[in-house]
Amino acid sequence: MQSEASADSQSAAVDGGAYILDDEERRRMMRRRVERISKWCLPAIVLLLTVWYWDRIVQWNEIPHYILPSPGRVVSTLFADWRMLLDALVITLQITFLALAVAVLGGAGLAILFTQSRFIQMSLFPYAVILQVTPIVAIAPLIFIYVDSKIVGLLICAWIVAFFPILSNTTLGLNSTDHNLRDLFRIYGASRWQQLLHLQIPTALPYFLGGLRIAGGLALIGAVVAEYVAGTGGIGSGLAFTILEAGYRLNIPRMFAALLLIAGTGVLIFTVLSLLSHVLLHKWHESAVKRDS
Amino acid sequence: MQQRLLSLKHVGKTFSADIEALRDMSLTVAEGDFLSLLGPSGCGKSTALRLIAGLSEPTTGQIAWHGEQTDHSIGFVFQEPTLMPWATVEKNVWLPFRLNGDSFSSVRDTIQESLELVGLEGFASSYPRELSGGMKMRVSIARALATNPRIILMDEPFAALDEITRFRLNNDLLKLKAKLGCTIIFVTHSVFESVFLSSRIAVMAARPGRVIRELEIDAPYPRGERFRTSADYAAHCRTTSEALQESMNGHD
Repeated sequence: MQSEASADSQSAAVDGGAYILDDEERRRMMRRRVERISKWCLPAIVLLLTVWYWDRIVQWNEIPHYILPSPGRVVSTLFADWRMLLDALVITLQITFLALAVAVLGGAGLAILFTQSRFIQMSLFPYAVILQVTPIVAIAPLIFIYVDSKIVGLLICAWIVAFFPILSNTTLGLNSTDHNLRDLFRIYGASRWQQLLHLQIPTALPYFLGGLRIAGGLALIGAVVAEYVAGTGGIGSGLAFTILEAGYRLNIPRMFAALLLIAGTGVLIFTVLSLLSHVLLHKWHESAVKRDS
Repeated sequence: MQQRLLSLKHVGKTFSADIEALRDMSLTVAEGDFLSLLGPSGCGKSTALRLIAGLSEPTTGQIAWHGEQTDHSIGFVFQEPTLMPWATVEKNVWLPFRLNGDSFSSVRDTIQESLELVGLEGFASSYPRELSGGMKMRVSIARALATNPRIILMDEPFAALDEITRFRLNNDLLKLKAKLGCTIIFVTHSVFESVFLSSRIAVMAARPGRVIRELEIDAPYPRGERFRTSADYAAHCRTTSEALQESMNGHD
């Protein structure tokens, strides 16, 4: 946006305010406009084509809906089963966001603890890594044996998956302070607490937000995978269980509808977290600054 | 008679692995001095500055301050502007006060004043990334000045800037010093810069880092562009160059 404005003001100076653009500049502006439109249009066209082709394949081959439902049927199922799907969605969202919240507190808190004491970091970090590299599907059955509440079990699983990127990114960020600034803080007699608050935490913020964006997606994955492992749930089950159950009943349209909701939730989480990142960083951080030309 | 501010007595610093960064450095700094530490890289000039700033402890000898030292007694300007990118210019200048527990509103006028001194009064609410290299350095200087420190330590502050910007900042630094009467220790590897700015130059040599010669630059202040082209300046540059040459004898 900025670069356009400056290009405009330069060319506007010529010939009493009339825009005079040379061919190169005109081509560049054209290209920029085309790119801006294409960014939204092309994915939309791909989506439309895919859905249309999907629909055609179902029609042409007369595929029964219990094998592959048409897109129209998926959408109508989404509306028909809305109450039930919504209940499941709310459960999944609750688990996801609770897990994410605990991951933020646990991950960032542990990271701060790590930077306060190298010895705590040395003692605990290897186990955080082990927890991360062990697949959650392998741990989940054990968790459900020892934890009575299914919701708490799901929460623990989603948390295990989500907290590591926050922990490792925030730790990296807290340790990435400019060494000259650190010296300056020492010269001015800053306390440990002031150094953490005014230097380390602001430095770590972009790293933390990067970790948060990954963790948001992982929390959803963790919540869904754990529910698969937990199996029979009856009342109070989320979208994953809805998919499982619909599968047993050969209710394929409902499986697609639930899948659609899960994917939509993932996109929504990513968008919200990206937005949050932009709001917090756009004034000063390189990653969020638009480059001219 | 000028008041003594700081004395280094036989100060030495040896790092692990037997690297002798500084050997037997003795210096006295009086109030109002502009002392340059000049020498090739590895001569311990930055080490000396860090010792004076209290960022590390001397291995031998001692550093004595005359009069009372507080957290606000030292201003430090690094080779990089060393600003907090997430804070606006005025919030960056606020830093030393903030760490001392002063609210922003209570020192707003002081901050504004020091930004005026470096000619950045119109940029108080800009972010560092919006400023040029020279302007960032001015913010850094404003931050060092704001607390009215007893001494300002500058570690090759203009080395990364282009020559035109550097000349302008040299001139402005002298004007600031004349106005505020502050004491400055200035680390540089430029003969011309040290002669133009300093009242005294300590020429240093490497391996081990040590002071080999102290020179007085007795040309009167204020010094402006005129001084840069004067015979006096050229003569001082020659003497200083020769001393520097001597410091590098035996090395490449």
